[in-house]
Amino acid sequence: MVEIRRPSRKARKFSAPSLFQLPIHPGSAISAGDFSVAQVRQILLAADALEREDPLRRARRLAKRRVALLFYEASTRTRTSFELAAKALGADTTLVSSLSSSIEKGESLRDTGITLKALGAECIILRSPYSGAPYLLAQATGLPVLNAGDGMAEHPSQALLDLRTILQLRGIRAAAVNERCLRGITLTICGDILHSRVARSNALLLTKLGAKVIFCGPEKLLPENATEIGPGISIERDFEVALRRSQMVMMLRIQAERLAGLKIDLDDYRSRYQANAERIAACAPKAPVLHPGPIIRGMEITSEVADGPRSAIAAQVANGVPIRMALLARALKGGRR
Amino acid sequence: MKALLIRGGRVVDPASGLDAKRDVLLREGKVAAVENPGQIRAADAEVCDAKGLVVAPGLVDIHVHLREPGQGYKETIATGTAAAAAGGFTSVCAMPNTVPVNDAPETTRWMQAFERKASAHVFPIAAATRGSMGEALTDYAALKEAGAVAVTDDGKPILDDAMMLEALRSAAVLDLPVIQHAEDTRLTGGCSMNAGALAFRLGLRGMSVEAESNLVERDLELLKQVKNGHLHVAHLSTRKALDAVRAARRAGLHVTCEVTPHHFALTEERVGLYDTNAKMNPPLRAESDRAAMVEGLLDGTVDAVATDHAPHAAHEKEQEFDRAPNGITGLETALGLAISILHIRHKVPLAGVLALLSSRPAQAMGLKRGTLAPGAAGDVVAFDPADKWVFRAAESRSKSKNTPFDGWELQGRVRLTVSEGRVVFRR
Ligand SMILES: [Zn+2]
Repeated sequence: MVEIRRPSRKARKFSAPSLFQLPIHPGSAISAGDFSVAQVRQILLAADALEREDPLRRARRLAKRRVALLFYEASTRTRTSFELAAKALGADTTLVSSLSSSIEKGESLRDTGITLKALGAECIILRSPYSGAPYLLAQATGLPVLNAGDGMAEHPSQALLDLRTILQLRGIRAAAVNERCLRGITLTICGDILHSRVARSNALLLTKLGAKVIFCGPEKLLPENATEIGPGISIERDFEVALRRSQMVMMLRIQAERLAGLKIDLDDYRSRYQANAERIAACAPKAPVLHPGPIIRGMEITSEVADGPRSAIAAQVANGVPIRMALLARALKGGRR
Repeated sequence: MKALLIRGGRVVDPASGLDAKRDVLLREGKVAAVENPGQIRAADAEVCDAKGLVVAPGLVDIHVHLREPGQGYKETIATGTAAAAAGGFTSVCAMPNTVPVNDAPETTRWMQAFERKASAHVFPIAAATRGSMGEALTDYAALKEAGAVAVTDDGKPILDDAMMLEALRSAAVLDLPVIQHAEDTRLTGGCSMNAGALAFRLGLRGMSVEAESNLVERDLELLKQVKNGHLHVAHLSTRKALDAVRAARRAGLHVTCEVTPHHFALTEERVGLYDTNAKMNPPLRAESDRAAMVEGLLDGTVDAVATDHAPHAAHEKEQEFDRAPNGITGLETALGLAISILHIRHKVPLAGVLALLSSRPAQAMGLKRGTLAPGAAGDVVAFDPADKWVFRAAESRSKSKNTPFDGWELQGRVRLTVSEGRVVFRR
């Protein structure tokens, strides 16, 4: 198993502590791998409580707190869901997007973060095309940073909302979440694993709770060493074999923008890895089908499956706001403790 | 210039096989005498007490980026050689990836001019191709005449087979080594660390071992076709490439190679949470490759420890991992790392460690340096081999502080550095 070595302040006596040795605010959510099982349970309980709460009372929880959304990549679902979550808790939000003129040309992430902090931001939600960017932002600002997707690395809020969806499908209450609560569940994640932050975050999170994860995809999009990121992860290149062993399946799109010259034969890909009605009916007729979006219909999934009775896609989207309310409340300590 | 008598030290001069208590007299920029303690009479000389110290030839670093001309905000020849002096180096080979690229005799001469205020002797290495663009050779004869000691496109490989062959042939005629930055860039687009599970976990694209070894193997094939050709492989980092060099050496090819301190001291794990002070090219590798570098240093396959000193400003390194430039500083930590890891941990005799830092690199680049034989350049380092000290990046003489070794406890600390008879550093 690979382990990330964290900077240890004890052993070393830094004279000019570089940015990369500075502490990260504990209210941050950057890697799904960082959460303890107890923390996961608390986040899920908080999501339940905030979802149930009277909207007027809820809107006082983070009243007038300032949350900045810093988006260097286009995003509809994640951005909107974070924004709605922040507003539902009464926070003031401001969107800084590379698509608008707000990010000065050539300004570094560090400087943008420091500027946002000076403007009063108390928490920053970051979407970046660069893996690891949230750590840098957290270290530069000292603020809690919520990772809304960084490069190919992680998308922890997506993994949490996927987890909430899976728990609902299995009828497992948040209070019952522990190291074993997903035992007996195997999830196949199929598609462009190499470029997927969703795949990494889900694999890291779900296996903590006892689930098994099968990565499925062609060699070019799924290197052999992918299994080494955590226990309980295996590779099965034959999608139909993987489906037969799974209780659930998550489809991923091919990330054309990250292929970097990689050539994929799309017809061949479709024939091997597409989630279509016949394949699902034959191999995993009862398995719920998840997809983090955006969906490329007719590519990795057919409309029949995406819109079919086993599709959990709408439930995933619906779980976005409660999970993100919980993460915001945790970051700003305004939620149920 | 006043004569200098360095008295009472343990003189270790690997080139002449000397390891004994000796006094060393430097006069007019040269080694004038090396004699038994108390034997040298020099009333006019400044006396320097070296009791408890190792006195060795000034160290030779055949791979540094001094950033001048053009990038004085990262480093200047003055600050870079000041860092060299503090690290015990008296000779540095300056890489040509400056702005403009050092592909012309005027630039080569400019770098060696007195006005640069160098504290160590600067041996320029010129670009192998014009602008290091890989399209047309530079004028090797004129560059050699101007002082260049080798040619390279370091930072980039010479990828084209015909171009590399032509470079080797043209350099061979002039007795110049061709230094290759061995990276098949067709395999490393967008890559920022070593390929492997850790890169996958971090969501970073990885450079494979083969991207290095394939090009080394290609170059060795080309070298076979060149009479008197000399290939030097820069910053070797993988077992596979090292094995290729070892085999070629046995087969009688004139190939030399260097390993950086960070490639025998660190592994890819140092990347941690995207720490750009662990980002360099070639990248930090897996433990098995690190161990192979130590083996190569121990068994003699590796000719030199060279730092690949690559200063960058803080604002350049304080970026997302994929966006930050490659490279770390290394001049002030090289000796301490070599002693701590090669001598203390792996029991390489001190003379062997010093040979890797002086006589052998000097020989690889054809420099008349790296020895204390009478008549040689008056380049001396005196260091306390037992002193354990903590390296503090903030106190570095380099203009840039991009080092992964800040706060490291190292053994072996420089007390005195003399370049051509002139004291350039004293602690
Ligand atoms: Zn290089």
